[in-house]
Order: sequence, then structure tokens, then C-alpha cells
Amino acid sequence: MYPDERVMSFITNNFIPVKVHVRSQREVFDRFNALWTPTQLILDENGTERHRIEGFLPVEDFLAQLELGLGKLAFDGKNYIEAEHHFRSICEEHPMAGAAPEACYWAGVSAYKATNAPDPLRETAGLLSRRYPESEWARKASVWG
Amino acid sequence: MLEIKWFRDVDEALRQAKAAGKPVLLDFSAAPT
Repeated sequence: MYPDERVMSFITNNFIPVKVHVRSQREVFDRFNALWTPTQLILDENGTERHRIEGFLPVEDFLAQLELGLGKLAFDGKNYIEAEHHFRSICEEHPMAGAAPEACYWAGVSAYKATNAPDPLRETAGLLSRRYPESEWARKASVWG
Repeated sequence: MLEIKWFRDVDEALRQAKAAGKPVLLDFSAAPT
């Protein structure tokens, strides 16, 4: 993943990156309850975990997961417009990534939270049922359709 | 070629994160170094 220019650029632009190795920093694994490698955690600036990625992922999936983490970080901070931007970016730029259905779902929720208008939820339900009909996120959104 | 400048100290990274207003990415690895 890391030799990829897009991954390196995304990490450098968006995160303070920390490498923790199982041989020399076992106590850090225990501190954050990391039980498998590779695992990546996204922490907010207070050290609270906001997203966890476990297991190897190909580049597109990994980039989508990193962006999903930024979306969750913004959503948890009630920055709904910024959260929608991150989630929508995955939905549109990485539509084949494993995280895409979840990102589309949360993009709709973020748009709803930012506006209180129900249209984004209906549109999200439609999009998920068309594009990812087998996903659990389509089933979760089905109540909005 | 771009290179990621990894921190090794989590608490130092958290201090930097606060100052920079950025989140921390912790990468737990068992890969040979």
C-alpha cells in the first residue's frame, strides 16, 4: 500500500502518521488493543479512536477506508458538511471499494443532519438499492425509500 | 519520490496532531523492517 504515490500523498496531507512495530513496541499494541496486523487506527487529536482498519487492503479500498475515517471524524464532531464531503468523495470516486456502500449511506445521513430535509435520505435509499442492492447498507436505508 | 515521515512515539505524534489540527494515523505492523 505505502509505495503507492496516492496513498503516500493522502497520508502526508491528512494525518500525523505513526508506525508501530510488533517486535519493538508491544506495549503500544496493548494500549490500543491492536490484536492483528496490519491494523490502522485513526485517532482524533485528543487520542480518541474514530476508525479502525484491520487486515490488508488493495490501494483503492485502503484509500476509501482512510477517507471513511476522515468522514467519521468530522461526523463525530458534528461537522456534517465536511463529513458529507468525505463520504460523498468515496461514493463517487471509489464506487467499487468495499467501503463505498457505507460511505454512500453516511453521505445521505450527513446531508440530512446538515439540512434537516428528508430528500437526501430518500435519494440515498434509491442510490443504494440501485448500485449495491445486496449490501446491508441498502437494507438499512430501505426504510427511507 | 515522496516518502512518509513516520513518527515512532505515539504521544509525541498526539502533541503534533494537536498543534497541526490533524488526526493521527497509527499503523500497526509486523512487516520486516
